[in-house]
This record gives sequence, C-alpha cells and structure tokens, in this order.
Amino acid sequence: MCRSGTDKVLPAFPIAQLICCIGLSPRTDSMALFIEQLVNGLTVGAVYSLVALGYTMVYGVMRMINFAHGDFFMIGSYLGFTLISSALIGGAIPLWLALVVLVVLAMIGVGLLGIIVERAAYRPLRKSSRLTAVVSAIGVSIFLQNAVMLIWGPRYRAYPPWAVPNIIWQVGDIYINLMQILILAVSFVLMIALYFFVQHTTVGAAIRATAIDHDAARLMGIDVDQIIRLIFLIGPALGAAAGVLLGLYYRQIHFTVGWTYGLKAFTAAIMGGIGNIPGAMVGGLLLGILEMLGAGYVSSAWKDVFVFIILILLLIFRPTGLLGERIAEKV
Amino acid sequence: MAEKGTQTESELKTRLSLPSPRSHISRLGLPAVIVLAVVFPLFAGDYWIDVAVFWGIYVLLGLSLNIIVGEVGLFNMGHAAFFAIGSYTTAILSEQLGLSLWLLLPLSGLAAGVAGYVLARPILHLRGDYLLIVTIGLNEIVRITLLNNPWGLTGGPNGIIMLDQFRIFGYAIQRPIDFYYLVWALVAITVFVLVRLQRSRIGRCWNYVREDEIAAQAMGIDTRWAKLVAFTLGAGIAGATGTVFAAKLVVISPESFNFMESVILFCIVILGGMGSIPGVILGSAGMMVLPELLRNFAQYRMLFFGLALVLMMIFRPQGLWPSKRWTTILREGEGK
Repeated sequence: MCRSGTDKVLPAFPIAQLICCIGLSPRTDSMALFIEQLVNGLTVGAVYSLVALGYTMVYGVMRMINFAHGDFFMIGSYLGFTLISSALIGGAIPLWLALVVLVVLAMIGVGLLGIIVERAAYRPLRKSSRLTAVVSAIGVSIFLQNAVMLIWGPRYRAYPPWAVPNIIWQVGDIYINLMQILILAVSFVLMIALYFFVQHTTVGAAIRATAIDHDAARLMGIDVDQIIRLIFLIGPALGAAAGVLLGLYYRQIHFTVGWTYGLKAFTAAIMGGIGNIPGAMVGGLLLGILEMLGAGYVSSAWKDVFVFIILILLLIFRPTGLLGERIAEKV
Repeated sequence: MAEKGTQTESELKTRLSLPSPRSHISRLGLPAVIVLAVVFPLFAGDYWIDVAVFWGIYVLLGLSLNIIVGEVGLFNMGHAAFFAIGSYTTAILSEQLGLSLWLLLPLSGLAAGVAGYVLARPILHLRGDYLLIVTIGLNEIVRITLLNNPWGLTGGPNGIIMLDQFRIFGYAIQRPIDFYYLVWALVAITVFVLVRLQRSRIGRCWNYVREDEIAAQAMGIDTRWAKLVAFTLGAGIAGATGTVFAAKLVVISPESFNFMESVILFCIVILGGMGSIPGVILGSAGMMVLPELLRNFAQYRMLFFGLALVLMMIFRPQGLWPSKRWTTILREGEGK
C-alpha cells in the first residue's frame, strides 16, 4: 500500500499549498511564468468560449442544457483527425489552406449531425418537461460516445505531429508557439463573425426574437423550427472547430473528453450568464485563464477541481453570471 | 410557451389515490418472489450468482437515489460520490483501525449521510437542471480528490485493497452465495423501510414537494427540511452500500465511482419509473442483468442503452413500472 511521508502531505493538500504559493513561493516573482500561463489560459479559454457558445445559444433559444454538446466537440476532433490523416494534407495544396478546409469540413459534418440529433431526439420532446429533455440529451451523449468508440476504437488517437509546424517565438522571456496564435486567431474570427451575424443581420434578429418569446416570434412570421435548426447547426459547428483546434494543440484525443470539456465550457457559459453570447466568449477566456493560473501556481492535479468549485460557487451565489444583468439580452 | 396540460378528472383521481397497502402483488406475487429468490442460488452457477449480487448492490443504490430523484424530484447526478465516500470510509477505517465490517456498515452510512447533508445544504435551493450540474461537479470533485491521494489515505489511482470480510462468528462471507444472501437480505430490509417511509408523513411530504413546491410550502411543509432529510437518507444508504461493495470487490479505486456510474444510477431510477420501488428493481435488472444476457453484443451495449434512453423519453417517459402515485411531473414538469 502506498503510504507517503510528511513531505508528500503538503502537495496533496491544496489550501496549504495555496497559502505557500501566495506567501512564500519564489515563483511568484517571476513575471514570465505569469504571462506564459496567461497566454496558455487564453488559448484553452478561446476553445472553451467556442464550446460555451453552443451551450449558451441552445439554452437561450430552447431553455435547455444540451448535455450532448461536449460530444459534438469530441466528434469534431475525431473528424479532424480522420481528415488530417487522409490525403488532405499531402502537399497538393498549401498547408494553411488545407487546415482551413479541414476546420470547415469538420464544422459542416458536425453541424449536420447537430441538426439530425435535434430532429430525432429533442424535437419530439419540445413540449415536455426539462427532465425528459435532459435524460434524452444524456442518452444522445452516451450514444455518440459509444458510436465514436466503435468507429475509431477505444484507445487514444493522436494527431500527427507534422500537421502544424512547431514554430516557437520568443518575446522577452516568454515563449509562444504557432498553434497558440492559430487557436486565438481562428476562434476570434469565428466569434466576431457570430457576434456580427446575431447582432446585425435579419436572421440574427430572428434568433434574438425567438430567444425572447417563441409565440411572439411565430406571430411575427418567424419560422421557429427553422431557427432552432439553425441554432443546432451553428452551435455544434463551433464546437467542432474547437475540437479540431484542441486536437491540433494537445494532439491526443479520446472519446470521453467530450464530458470534461463540455462541463468546463458549460461553466464558462454560466460564468458569462447563460443565454448571453458575448458573456460566453468572456466567460470562456476568463475560465481558461483561471484554470491555467491555478495549474501554474497551485497544482495541475487539482486544476479540474478549481473549475468545478468555481462552477458550484457561481451557481450558488450568482446564477445569472458574473457579467450580470448589464448585458442581459438573451440569445 | 408550452401549453399547461389540462387534467381530466380521472387523471386527477389517479393523482390523489395512494397505493393500496394490499395489492395483488403483495398477496400472491410477493411470497412467490421471495421463495424464488431464496432458492435461486442453490441451483444457479457461481457466475449467475455473482451477477445477482451486483444486481442487488445496484438495487440498493437505485433505491437510495430513488428517494432523492424519485420521491422528492431533486435531480442528483452525482450519487456515485456518496457511494464512493461510503466505500472509502470502509476501506480506510478497516485498514487503519481494523474495525469490523458490521460496525463499518452503519459508520460508512453515517459518513456518507453527513457528507450528503453538508454538501446538499447550500445547493438545495437550485432549480432542476442547475442542481443536476452542481451534483455532477461534486461527483468530479470527489473522484479527483480520491485520485490525488490526500494525506496518502486513498492510495491514488491504484485505490485500496480491502483485506477484511464480513464475519459471522468467525465465518467469513466470501463465496458468491454468501454475498448473495447478505445483499438481498439488505435489499429486503431497505425495501421494507422505504415502503413504510413512502406511506408515512414524510413520504407524502416528499411527493408533495415534487409535485408542487410552492403549494407544499403554503400548506406549512418545511420543504427545505424535507429535501435535506431525503438527501441525507439517500446518501446514507448509498454509503452503507459502499461497505458491501468494498467487501465484494476487494480492491476499490476512484474509477469505480466516475461520472458514468452516477449516470447509470440516475437512469436506473428514470427507466424504472420515478418513485417506484419495483421500478428500481426492474431498472437495475435492465442495467446489470440484461447486458450479461446479451454478452455477445457487449460492445454495443452502451450504444443501445443511449438509444433506449432517448426512445424511452419519447414514448414512455413514465418509466417501465411507474409508481401509482406517479403523476404529471414528466408531462408537465416544473418548466415554465
């Protein structure tokens, strides 16, 4: 039986360690570590934001937590894995173009899957209670996970290392790699596009109207079913983009990661105020930064625990989110 | 948005009627079932007895969760956390202090019950799906804590080996058949207690809270107290089951208590029918025994299970064996 001595007691005990780090640790002097963790946090945070958008949009329009959303994200990264391992990136087209095609194809595939899932598992339950929809969503999640396990196998899959060249820049004492820049760029482009689409187009106005009141929207001539279908195209598609980006970043993918990332992204969505699109973006970035700072300064073994504690505290004390009612317009 | 379901008179009558204490089942079926249950292991092989042992363990867990989810309507999807607390309490205390398992059975129940009380207190005011998320979070926190081996107690990812067994005057309960009788005796006791509870004042309080919390409050029911009692009791029974689980499994590790386990327990209650005791027994059979019968399709088992959940919700949301007192919650819910 493994039994550790007194020296091991401290690392296993987060609060004691937290106190040590704040008070004594020499690492706190180092600005470079702080900024590096900040950049790491922004990178994962951008991924969380993309996934959180799917939760928040579905919740905004349907008042339902789509428990299967994390699995759309996971399927996105598997689709990306298959596409990247196929002949797509063989040198026929430039690498950057291939990556764009890769992300777009994964988004289309998962977006279509989202529409199918909505039609098959959620639409028949639209008039029933929250619980039935939640259980149905869990059923979908279990189904998708196991379908992926049967198709791609139960073991970890790894993105090929040559997919994105490992270029590292040094800025002062800080190292930033190409993949981090790529993740930030792609997710910000997608988020800005989404924000513009929702706020400044007619269809976007229809989405916002549906979020406020289905019946009133219907009276205004909006096809609510169509809007819900659209939401289930956009949400999973954004999740898929996040999945591909994360696959390229961490390389390893597994069919169970959907739940973990789904829960974290959901935390981000709650943080920003669920139903609130800019909120989900900010919430994701904030959560990523908090998580990475926690991992850097306290202990990486406990970083998921921080996230869940944040989630629980938020739900207890501030269920409307950190951003509060100021930008409370629900989408 | 959704239209309020209109209630017919007959629906209302079903809603108000309590289960009759002497139904057909208890007059004829029950003795037959008991005889069958006692005789079964004398004819079955060890393998099937083992299957029945795990079925029994899941019945106990399902019954404990049924108090929280079924009777009171609190969406708890982190029940494996309490089960884990019970199992680890048993394993740690047995290893460190060498206490008898008969003593650890109530102690683990107590530990999990206290944990349930402390953890549930601040979160009980949360609405349906928010509570669900918080309990998932609690489950993960407990699992990761066990994994990180705090104070070197939990043994990290490898877990703990249990050396002790239940002993009756020196006779150790080790064979599958011994476990079978132990587990199903516990099931019988629990069912007896829970049926009594269902018909008692607190049982009716629980159902009232589930059906309409505001009306219950208006009638002078302390809904917070009713929910806390349910949560503590449910967690406690799950914790006590943890002792049996630890003794049966010998090695317990954090992976036995992951989120999927909580989902399975939740689904047992939903599949069987919320608040229905026979439903829980049937639901756990569906989850534990059916997969053994379909062993050839083992790898497709969870795939079908996911599909079954979706289809159940669409075509039979009240569960396989709905409680007589099962009412409109699934049709009308507590939505807007």
